[in-house]
Amino acid sequence: MAYKKYVEMVVRCTADGAILPLAIRWAPGIMYEIDKVLDIRPAASLKAGGAGIRYTCRIRGHEKYIWREEDRWFVEAKSDTMPSEG
Amino acid sequence: MHSDCNSFYASVECLHRPKIRDKPVAVGGDVKQRHGIILAKNQIAKKYHVQTGEALWQARQKCPELIIVPPNFHLYERFSRLCRKIYLDYTNQVEPFGLDECWLDVTGSGILGNGMTIAQEISTRIKYELGITVSIGVSFNKIFAKLGSDYKKPDAITRIGRDNFRDIAWPLPAGDLLYVGRATQRKLEGYGIHTIGELAGTPERVLRSWFGKWGEVLYCFSNGLDISPVDPSAQSVKSIGNSQTTPRDLTTDQDIKIILYVLADSIARRLREQGLKGRTVCINVRDNQLCSFTRQHTLGNYTNISSEIVQAGMNLFRQNYQWRRPVRSLGISITDLVSDAIPIQTDLYCNERSRERQERLDAATDWLKQRFGTTAIRPAVLLKDQKLSGFDPYCDHGIHPVGYF
Repeated sequence: MAYKKYVEMVVRCTADGAILPLAIRWAPGIMYEIDKVLDIRPAASLKAGGAGIRYTCRIRGHEKYIWREEDRWFVEAKSDTMPSEG
Repeated sequence: MHSDCNSFYASVECLHRPKIRDKPVAVGGDVKQRHGIILAKNQIAKKYHVQTGEALWQARQKCPELIIVPPNFHLYERFSRLCRKIYLDYTNQVEPFGLDECWLDVTGSGILGNGMTIAQEISTRIKYELGITVSIGVSFNKIFAKLGSDYKKPDAITRIGRDNFRDIAWPLPAGDLLYVGRATQRKLEGYGIHTIGELAGTPERVLRSWFGKWGEVLYCFSNGLDISPVDPSAQSVKSIGNSQTTPRDLTTDQDIKIILYVLADSIARRLREQGLKGRTVCINVRDNQLCSFTRQHTLGNYTNISSEIVQAGMNLFRQNYQWRRPVRSLGISITDLVSDAIPIQTDLYCNERSRERQERLDAATDWLKQRFGTTAIRPAVLLKDQKLSGFDPYCDHGIHPVGYF
């Protein structure tokens, strides 16, 4: 069962107003760098429950979705892989 | 076309709470605050005949496993905004009708496809981008478009064109037509008119003799002759008001005064914010047996001064209520609005200087409230019963019902 996990992000705000995610701080001391942003579009997350701008990112070879919901960022976290979270 | 978000509040809540998505869900007010009615319900709750506006305990009787969640109006406003943003990708002629409905005129959007293809695209996008569904009615006038969006729910598109409106719209009950309410419907039934088709077939002069001016409107609506344009600026304000069902029954003039102060303060502030002044003050009183009445009074001058509105409301109340029963809810509104920039005829017998001082005082308190919150500065009477005065209509209620005319 996926749940909605708000995360801390490192982002770059460009001069023309775009916001690009650079890295995701998953937990204290655990930082995942984003290798490439593949796609940006508005989308809903039915699994986590929310809607906003969805960034499709490549992180360590995996494609992951990260959402920007107004001023906050969230991901669809799997509760079994991150037992300590939530 | 007319686009209507299906069970809007409940859909937004279900989107944000995946765990309750496949259960009967309703959005309801707070029982402790005595706001315990159903505001919206999802499709599953609909199957149990849970109805909007009924008390929570009634709904629970029909459906014991009903999950009732508290409303989150800021969230609904956000989704409403996001919906409109999508509509605006197709036309700039978007007229909101409440939070969850909009009319769109896509006559000039031919480059993007015809009405049906645009409706299809909007429906797909809202589902994908916002995770909620809409029903869309595509037609050649606003009334049939609205009828079309109500025709099939949820997540559907209905076309009512010039070629088929006799087959689709006319067999529907007359009560489905916008502005045929229960009273009109009853009256029509008394004349043996049950469907929109029968209404359309009634000569205009007959309808006029039954309903007066409304008869002509009904004739136009039912025959698809409504020519009112989609008006993006139609959201212009006709009245500003707030009401409150209080946490305990009100039993004295002072209780009334407290509530009126809070409400009037909020509406006066909203008036000033929107650069408006009003002249007709209207109060709505409901006693603990749920009997209610409305009284209004037109002032000599246009005003946006809090204390004048309170005074007018208080006078109306004193003149019209004999305290046979305690009061459960109280509302005050102001209509007959004009821009605050229009020249005002001053009154020889009224102290304009003190009115100007009042206006400056209001401006100063507005600034303080904006900076430090609504409770930063308030009339001393509100401190007498803080439980009663401890609500903030200004911040809590940004959502207002609208009318077609």
